[in-house]
Amino acid sequence: MIDALPVVLNINGLKYEFEVLPYRSLLDVLRDELGLTGTKECCAVGECGACTVHFDGRSINACLMLAIEADGGSVTTIEGIAPPGEMTRVQDAFLEHGAVQCGFCIPGMVMSAEYLLARNPHPTEEETREGLSGNLCRCGGYNRMLQAISSVSEESTP
Amino acid sequence: MKPFLYQRPGSLAQTFDLLSEYGSSARILAGGTDLIVGLRQQSVDASVLVDIKGIGEFLPEVAFADGHFVIGATTDISRVCENEKFRATFPALVEAMETVGSVQIRNRATLVGNVCNASPAADTVPPLAIYGAMVNVGGRDGTRQVPVQEFIRGPRQTALRPGEFVLSVQLPVPNAPLGVAFARLTRRRGVDLATVNLSCSIDSVGTVRFAFGAVGPRLVLGIERSGVLADSGAPAGDRDAALANLIAATSPRTDIRGTQDYRSAMLLVLSRRILAEAAGRLDSGQP
Ligand code: FES
Ligand code: FES
Repeated sequence: MIDALPVVLNINGLKYEFEVLPYRSLLDVLRDELGLTGTKECCAVGECGACTVHFDGRSINACLMLAIEADGGSVTTIEGIAPPGEMTRVQDAFLEHGAVQCGFCIPGMVMSAEYLLARNPHPTEEETREGLSGNLCRCGGYNRMLQAISSVSEESTP
Repeated sequence: MKPFLYQRPGSLAQTFDLLSEYGSSARILAGGTDLIVGLRQQSVDASVLVDIKGIGEFLPEVAFADGHFVIGATTDISRVCENEKFRATFPALVEAMETVGSVQIRNRATLVGNVCNASPAADTVPPLAIYGAMVNVGGRDGTRQVPVQEFIRGPRQTALRPGEFVLSVQLPVPNAPLGVAFARLTRRRGVDLATVNLSCSIDSVGTVRFAFGAVGPRLVLGIERSGVLADSGAPAGDRDAALANLIAATSPRTDIRGTQDYRSAMLLVLSRRILAEAAGRLDSGQP
């Protein structure tokens, strides 16, 4: 019998304390136990990026991290990327450019785009492609996403 | 995932205790980007994961001491790539590291883990071998050093003995001018395993070294001292013959990523390319 272990996590600015079995991924806990279903599961092996969140400020695949490993850290999910009821410039730009089709990959795409722009506010097209290379869109809407990201980059002062 | 226990030791001594207590049923967890996949797909069996990220002795950043760069077992690939001095010293290794997975993977995956995973297709291994990387293996009785090409003994097989784990990988700063290049071939950019990968170096006395990955159960190393590969004016036929001679030591297989013949043909093409690139780097004074 394997015991659940205590975890303290800051998620989207709120402190969560709970117990978790060591073989539960961060993704499973976010979705199934905390109800934060904006983060998606698709491949569960680190190939599609649908599960992208920021852990201690760095973008990661939540399907490849155990919840217990995250103990003591802070997580930002798509639900916490903007204040409640608001959207980030990246999210607005995705809408304006029609970059969203079925929408399944979009939370992960937005998290990757936010991470890219936070570190490199004016990426080249190649840098943007590299920044999104861990995110797959089955609807194939990559060009509109690139356009959306480049519009956000152009708005900010160089 | 099948249930497993989780341990997070705070020191090396505690880690060795856990490894001797649990034996071969314990697996080391650092970045987890290969291990968690293996556990989920049940290609890896573990009843205990020993998370080494809490070990006080490990440094999160790249360290430099006595003419060596040292990369600890918990240092992720992104952090290594962000180190400007490291980038300037080992450009071909940085290129290889930047092809590993994706941004999200590199933010978790460790360089040491890429070595320990002992995949014949690991992209970092050919340039690590070319730069003379040593693996620092820790055990209860002390630390021993193993050259990276000897550490990886075959697919998923390493030179680790029971109770040991890898503490770090270290790279000597080249003490004479050296040009090094790296290339890989994949079906698509991004998350995919290499069809072939290779690295080569050229020094100022005309010695050329090659390391070929994904074309045999372990890394294939070759060295050419006649000077024909260092002399870009030598007849193309002679240069190709010298390359073919080195490539003859590989034993590529046919699999989903390419046929044997295709892999051999691409090795020659890519060898020509990286040789020219390495020579250019040597001339420009870049390592
Ligand atoms: S669900 Fe995590 S990368 Fe696909
Ligand atoms: S919008 Fe459908 S998967 Fe990307």
